[in-house]
Amino acid sequence: MASSIRVRATSNGDITEVQALIQHPMDTGLVKDPKGEVIPAHYIQQLTFECNGKDVFVADWGTAVSKDPYVKFSFKGAKKGDDLKISWTDNKGASDTTTAKIA
Amino acid sequence: MTTTSGPLATRRLILQGAASVALLGLGNLPFAPAHAAANDKYPEEAFKQKNEADAIKALYGRNAEPSNKVKLDAPEIAENGGVVPVSVTTTLDKVSSISFFVTENPFALAASYKIAEGTIPGVANRLKMAKTTKLVAIVEADGKLYSATKEVKVTVGGCGG
Repeated sequence: MASSIRVRATSNGDITEVQALIQHPMDTGLVKDPKGEVIPAHYIQQLTFECNGKDVFVADWGTAVSKDPYVKFSFKGAKKGDDLKISWTDNKGASDTTTAKIA
Repeated sequence: MTTTSGPLATRRLILQGAASVALLGLGNLPFAPAHAAANDKYPEEAFKQKNEADAIKALYGRNAEPSNKVKLDAPEIAENGGVVPVSVTTTLDKVSSISFFVTENPFALAASYKIAEGTIPGVANRLKMAKTTKLVAIVEADGKLYSATKEVKVTVGGCGG
């Protein structure tokens, strides 16, 4: 199965800019389906970006993060060709991990 | 008399059911607020708080002061409350975390980001907003909390199906 995570990490001198897009329903547990039954909460709780053995950015998310979440940030200390490891876990215990090369 | 015992018994059963549900509800009450912003654990309690003040207290354990060094960028009018692009940048030093609170949502805390040393203190993401609301961004820098606030008008809420 294709990864749920799409990442673009681009190095610009000392600064690496990271954009990530994840496929996830991010159900709040407050919405009903057309039959009137509540769709149970299903959302990513933690998303981690690791580079050279260090967590550079950790996101803790609640249900108010939009469906198919997007996040953007920048960090220092990495160079072109370094690996950036991205992983998430959701409230049902599911998880996914991918590794991107910094371009 | 025998004819009325049927409905009465049913009523008792329903009441018992309601009581046990109430007990279950109590079991989920927060026992101790975990100030998880400092460590790597997911701040479960903070995400369960309904209003902004309680969520800030559960996440950080103290209050924030408004600061013009925190720049919060969000649309003034959001046509779709399900996807509102929101970002924060700051000129503050030693930033360790950035959090977003949507005050009118069922649960105020939307997202909290831990910023490592060497990471630029800024983040862009997309949030859901139930209705027109105040949006608060809090930046934790050098052990202190700084906030910025913005009103976002939502024309179609992000919680409907």
